[in-house]
Amino acid sequence: MDLDTSKIADTNRGTPATAKKPNKAGAVAGWADDRLSLGTLTRVFARKVFPDHWSFMLGEIALWSFVVLLLTGTFLTLWFNPSMSDTVYQGSYAQLRGVPMSDAYSSTLHISFDVRGGLLMRQMHHWSAMLFIAAMFVHMMRTFVTGAFRKPRELNWVIGSLLLLLGILEGFAGYSLPDDLLSGTGLRIADGLVKATPVVGTYMSFFLFGGEFPGDIVIPRLYILHVLLIPGLLLALIGAHMLLLVFHKHTQWAGPGRTEQNVVGFPMLPVYAAKAGGYFFMVFGVTALMGALLSINPIWKYGPYDPSKVTAGSQPDWYMGIAEGLLRIMPNWETHIWGVTLSWNVMIPGQILPMVLFGMIIAWPFLEQWVTGDKREHHLLQRPRNAPTRTAFLAAMVTVYGLLWAAGGNDILATNFHWSLNSITYFMRAAIFVIPPIVFYVTRRWCIGLQRADNDRLLHGYETGIIMRSAEGGYAERHLPISEDAAYTLTARQRDEVHEIESEVDENGVAAPGTRSDRIRAKLSQGMYADNVQKPTAEELEEARHHAEHSHELEAGLDHPAAGHEFDDHALRDADDVPLRQH
Amino acid sequence: MAPDNLPETTHGDHTPVATHEPIPDPGLPAHQWRPTDVDPKAERRAERQVASLFVLAALGAVGFIASYVIFKVGDNPDTIANLGASNLMLGLCLAVTLLGMGAGMIQLARKLMADHEIVEMRHPAASSQADREAAVDILKTGLDESGLGRRPLIRNTLLAAGGVLGLLPVVMLRDLGPLPGDKLDHTIWDIDTWTPEMQAWWTTQNRTLQRVVRDVVGTPIKVTELEIGDLVNAEPEVMFAVDAETKQPIVEGTQLLVDKSKAAVILHRMLPSDIVSAQTLNWSVDGIVCYSKICTHVGCPISLNERTTHHLLCPCHQSTFDLADSGRVLFGPAARALPQLQLTVDDEGYLAAKRDFTEPVGPSFWERG
Repeated sequence: MDLDTSKIADTNRGTPATAKKPNKAGAVAGWADDRLSLGTLTRVFARKVFPDHWSFMLGEIALWSFVVLLLTGTFLTLWFNPSMSDTVYQGSYAQLRGVPMSDAYSSTLHISFDVRGGLLMRQMHHWSAMLFIAAMFVHMMRTFVTGAFRKPRELNWVIGSLLLLLGILEGFAGYSLPDDLLSGTGLRIADGLVKATPVVGTYMSFFLFGGEFPGDIVIPRLYILHVLLIPGLLLALIGAHMLLLVFHKHTQWAGPGRTEQNVVGFPMLPVYAAKAGGYFFMVFGVTALMGALLSINPIWKYGPYDPSKVTAGSQPDWYMGIAEGLLRIMPNWETHIWGVTLSWNVMIPGQILPMVLFGMIIAWPFLEQWVTGDKREHHLLQRPRNAPTRTAFLAAMVTVYGLLWAAGGNDILATNFHWSLNSITYFMRAAIFVIPPIVFYVTRRWCIGLQRADNDRLLHGYETGIIMRSAEGGYAERHLPISEDAAYTLTARQRDEVHEIESEVDENGVAAPGTRSDRIRAKLSQGMYADNVQKPTAEELEEARHHAEHSHELEAGLDHPAAGHEFDDHALRDADDVPLRQH
Repeated sequence: MAPDNLPETTHGDHTPVATHEPIPDPGLPAHQWRPTDVDPKAERRAERQVASLFVLAALGAVGFIASYVIFKVGDNPDTIANLGASNLMLGLCLAVTLLGMGAGMIQLARKLMADHEIVEMRHPAASSQADREAAVDILKTGLDESGLGRRPLIRNTLLAAGGVLGLLPVVMLRDLGPLPGDKLDHTIWDIDTWTPEMQAWWTTQNRTLQRVVRDVVGTPIKVTELEIGDLVNAEPEVMFAVDAETKQPIVEGTQLLVDKSKAAVILHRMLPSDIVSAQTLNWSVDGIVCYSKICTHVGCPISLNERTTHHLLCPCHQSTFDLADSGRVLFGPAARALPQLQLTVDDEGYLAAKRDFTEPVGPSFWERG
């Protein structure tokens, strides 16, 4: 290999033998590239392509909210004192002056009333936490309903699920830090949940609180979880999430020229960098607007924590709403047997069901792949209608979520609408089992109906709104074919294959191993895909085209071809008779 | 694993599905020019828009600094339209700055930066078959060279050492907290569980029964002070005990909160004839009943009283208890009745506790029985 001798010193005298510096920026870049190989990185990544669609911004909101959380949170740590030691408040807020409280609560009041911009940062921190979790939820629903979790992205789905779980835990830890009446009540409920654990519940509670509830150490412990451990994990997982995103390249919507083999979009530099950077400022700015205009968690109104006090209408942050709803509508089952207590009324809603729900989220990509048997990579997104069962499942889960959310606010509903609290609770106990299946059924049929409509548009064209009168006096609406691009986009999807059991028995007539699971798989496949409407075949399309031409011929034979513009000013306009809409 | 056992990176497994039937891919549509690409006027307008947004952003930042200097945070968070002046102005200025920056950058990208879409080809995530085989070879070579496969003694002792090492962090967490013992079985109503300081104070009182006193103020309660239908939050009197010499409270800080979270009670007066269960009647004084204030569901303090029905509702999860009938659960997720405290009247006519609760108060736990 040739050696670049210009870089090697050939004398100890004179000036070092280096290339002439073209300019200052170039010199810095050269210096850095000599050590970091930035040139290669730039070549590979700077023009990386990202496809454009509004729904791809949802995850970005979560990402930027996390950055806002880090920035505002760091500001808050400069004054927050995570201690449960006693102090007497002497700050600016008159109503609480002279009241004994913990350092945590007192320093939160100090941030709110004696640090300029402190309340703004507190409110922005809380609002961006809400945005962070909400955006993760919506992003996850988008990923789910478009099938973006399919191979090769299953692991990124799992990472995303962990991010959501950690985000919720992080939110709860942060909610508990100010040691106000609401946050203490939240901890009290957490203590009840922990204590309900079989065998080790009381031990876990005593270890968590450093003794009996509330103790004097849980807030320092939650603080270090909140500012170091969980954010560290979140950061690492977000890094992995983004790395995998870059490695797999983003999914895209099908369209002319947009296939499974390529990715079409704007390059990272400059368009995407500007758009994403601008979007960070937008998210940050909206959070600032919320912090300025929308009061959130006004802890000075709640007072310091006192285990003998609580306010009516106590509510957790919204993302805890479903756990709260589950707790509220659970029947009061408790078993006393062999001298021990099993609190099903707390364990089922507080421990078992959240784990089941979370397990279901993580497992879905693998379950779906097992049923379809599809081991191919998928980079084109599915329209929700083209996966009717999955879309219907999501709709049912959203319904469960909404019902539980409403159940978590049953007292608020009761007082606002003058309904009976008991009736709401009884209704929810039944609704949680009755309404989601109805939603599932309706959504599924709806999706299949939309699939039919797509096929109609492919085979018979779109409705022009022009009514034709035939020679016999009958009326019919004129259909025109949709554009080639639109037709291609509608058909750029796979046909669903229903899994059939190959053989119940092996060659010796003995029940084949795995028949049972195979039978379940075939049943599921049948249930999930058999009713789906498949796109038309080339022959069907050809036949439909033939048919359309035939009817046009018939129409052409009319005395006065009706253009549909007999009663408007179309003739006055200087335009060709083009299809009205681009479909 | 031998290389030939590897799953083949076959076409069917990794190559993405092709979707070209029944209609062939017409290919990317031709690029469409934007008004800003072809009309110099539109281009200049967009330029002015972007620059104005950036100027707005700068003005917002100046406004932020000005607001920081001008407005006091003060003790009033409700100055303008129920919003603090400082918070409002700082927030609005910050929002103008950030939104100006963001909108400017996005407008710049959308209107003025080149908007040619680029096509990049995808590659399967899987490594090539050659790489897979090479990787397996490398790992096998590594395992061979380490000799761990041939020396099970070393391998097993290493695994054992690692396992024991893994126990250390778990063992070290033991001191996170004390063991529960029987702490959850008693409350501060039980004089026998008191600390020496509390006992010393009690001997100066020369009484045998601990009074039920109003919370916050700590004043003892006479039967005649309660009307029918009244609900009073109460505590054991030792929580308000003051050391005679130092004038300092004897129970304070963390200990006070821990004791409160178990010993808080409510007093409710009803007509003795309204009381349903015999035990409730026996443990009451002239229709005054005393119950734990801590919900048996997950431990919220119960506080919502229905005066006429003697029902008590927990504001957290809406468990409802019948104070006339042994604190029986009427509704909601709580499974157990509210523990009742046996009331009596001491020599001076004040309400007092006969003894501690006869069962653990608050949320259920395994060992509770």
